[in-house]
Amino acid sequence: MSRLNEENLRIARQILSRYPKKKSALIPLLHLSQEQNGMVTNEAMEHIAELVEVTPAEVLGTCSFYEMFKRHPVGEYQINICHGISCHLLGAEDVLEHAEKSLGVKEGEITQDGKFSFEGVECIAACTEAPCLQVNYRYVNRVSSDEFDQLVTDLKNGQNTQIPKHGTLAKTRQNIQSEKLAGPAEVESASPPVWLQRNKEDQ
Amino acid sequence: MSIPLITTSRWNIEDGHTLEGYLRTGGYQGLRRALEMTPAQVHEEVKKASLLGRGGAGFPAGIKWGFLPPDVWPRYLVVNGDESEPGTYKDRLLIERDPHQLIEGCVITCFALGLSQCFLYVRGEMAHGQERIASALNEAYEHGYVGRNILGTELSVDVVLHWGAGAYIVGEETALIESLEGNRGMPRLKPPYFPASIGLYGKPTIVNNVETLSNIPWIVEHGGDAFAKIGAEQSTGTRIFAVSGHVRNPGVFEVEFGTTTFRDLIMGDQYAGGIRDGNTIKAFIPGGASAPWFFEEHLDTPLEKTTVDNEGSMLGSGAVVVMDETTDIVKACHNVVRFFSRESCGKCTPCREGTNWLEKILDRILNGYGRPEDIDLLLDVCDNISPGISWPPKQTTICPLGPSAVSPIASALKRYRSEFDAYITSNTDTPVTVNGGPA
Repeated sequence: MSRLNEENLRIARQILSRYPKKKSALIPLLHLSQEQNGMVTNEAMEHIAELVEVTPAEVLGTCSFYEMFKRHPVGEYQINICHGISCHLLGAEDVLEHAEKSLGVKEGEITQDGKFSFEGVECIAACTEAPCLQVNYRYVNRVSSDEFDQLVTDLKNGQNTQIPKHGTLAKTRQNIQSEKLAGPAEVESASPPVWLQRNKEDQ
Repeated sequence: MSIPLITTSRWNIEDGHTLEGYLRTGGYQGLRRALEMTPAQVHEEVKKASLLGRGGAGFPAGIKWGFLPPDVWPRYLVVNGDESEPGTYKDRLLIERDPHQLIEGCVITCFALGLSQCFLYVRGEMAHGQERIASALNEAYEHGYVGRNILGTELSVDVVLHWGAGAYIVGEETALIESLEGNRGMPRLKPPYFPASIGLYGKPTIVNNVETLSNIPWIVEHGGDAFAKIGAEQSTGTRIFAVSGHVRNPGVFEVEFGTTTFRDLIMGDQYAGGIRDGNTIKAFIPGGASAPWFFEEHLDTPLEKTTVDNEGSMLGSGAVVVMDETTDIVKACHNVVRFFSRESCGKCTPCREGTNWLEKILDRILNGYGRPEDIDLLLDVCDNISPGISWPPKQTTICPLGPSAVSPIASALKRYRSEFDAYITSNTDTPVTVNGGPA
């Protein structure tokens, strides 16, 4: 079940068609599998290896380098509390401490109902909005202890519908109709693109 | 002096991110203008503009473009949207609020240099940014601004949205290429110094930052000379700075490049509005976590590349982080060093081992187990990563990440050594075991 399902396989083939070399699609496909399963499983990595034509070990090699790929379960809502320098200066450690108390778990653990996990993360590019956090990569700016608790309550009661379950990144995908596609620039093609040839440009 | 807003003009327009809003506010005029010119003419305008790269190194974009070897095809464009330098917050806003401007910049660049395909690498954590740019790309394809036969001409280029998965090091351009090839994001051995000669799939590749490319439509529409008239002689145009930390009004501001000073930016009412609570300034980081820190006496330094370089730091990625008198310098220093330690990719020994030990020694000092000799030990490890601890830093590593961890330590010790000493002398316990082994 953790191989890509039919719909995701269709999306995967579309993504693959955009790159001159298949392995370039590896990270996007890992995201796709994480979106489907909430994490990256061994079976998914084997499936992706087939699709991009490398060994499963190579897929694991890439996967294990990147922070966002979770090879173990996390909460339905993964809360990433920024502890970069700007957030540190404005109380990130207090937010982390509060999260631990409020959720009743330590960094990296999952609450008993499976809903929440949290960790301190490096700068997430919202420095003027410190201290900030992301829930499943959706921003919450200038967060106070009370706001943190309200956020958790809303997510628990299903009152916050903006945030998708862990794994889903962008809710909109790039979609290229085949007649509009210029097509990938094949690595073996040895001639300059047509608009340069016509202009007799040599640069 | 009043200056035109070049890159942030649509940030306050509610539908500025849609094709309709973009076209209504003069969008895709640069592309139309470019298509009336020859590719070489477009390149010439960018050279005239003296546009410095906005990613961190500040290398002139027009010159970087000129490094492409003749007659090697295909060539690629890779957009560096992996904004992760602590304190840096501008590319995400450019992506979210004006994605078409970036797309237009990409297409013009491909036209000018004969680049056959563009990969737009957006940081993985920026879900909303990816949505905005995906929508914008879908609209742009639909209406013929990207893809096959752009605006009915022979220009055919795809802009492919690619996204990362959480790794600071991927902002280094050769690591970005590795990541785009589906590998672990580790920087490549130099030379070649520029992917323009050997880059993606071993082919000539231009890697430009989001902000750099967002300037291109304006430059082509108004001309390189008009751009070069704004700002200082060698730091032309405008530049976006994010001011964060202990200021009254933290924010992201587009200012005239090279003439505005740090004092204007940090203290000016139209910008960050001064230090919070009437406090005094203790230190500030002028260009992202990698940059050596500045102090009060540097406030009148202009935001100009060469001047800041000569004063011993860098404008880097346009991230100004302000620390007031209440800041615990040792903790702040530890915070920045921890960042580099965690983000080291592990390829080069001095960085992998060195940053890790720097973090552990600082940890020990903060936890009350510091030894008097620890200060010298810190400096010794720094010297092993970056011999001489000078500026610009010497490297024993492939990329500048390792030496970046030296910056906060050298800065903090230079000015506030007494705070380190205070932690060490307040320590009354002698630890039984040696602290600092693997957790």
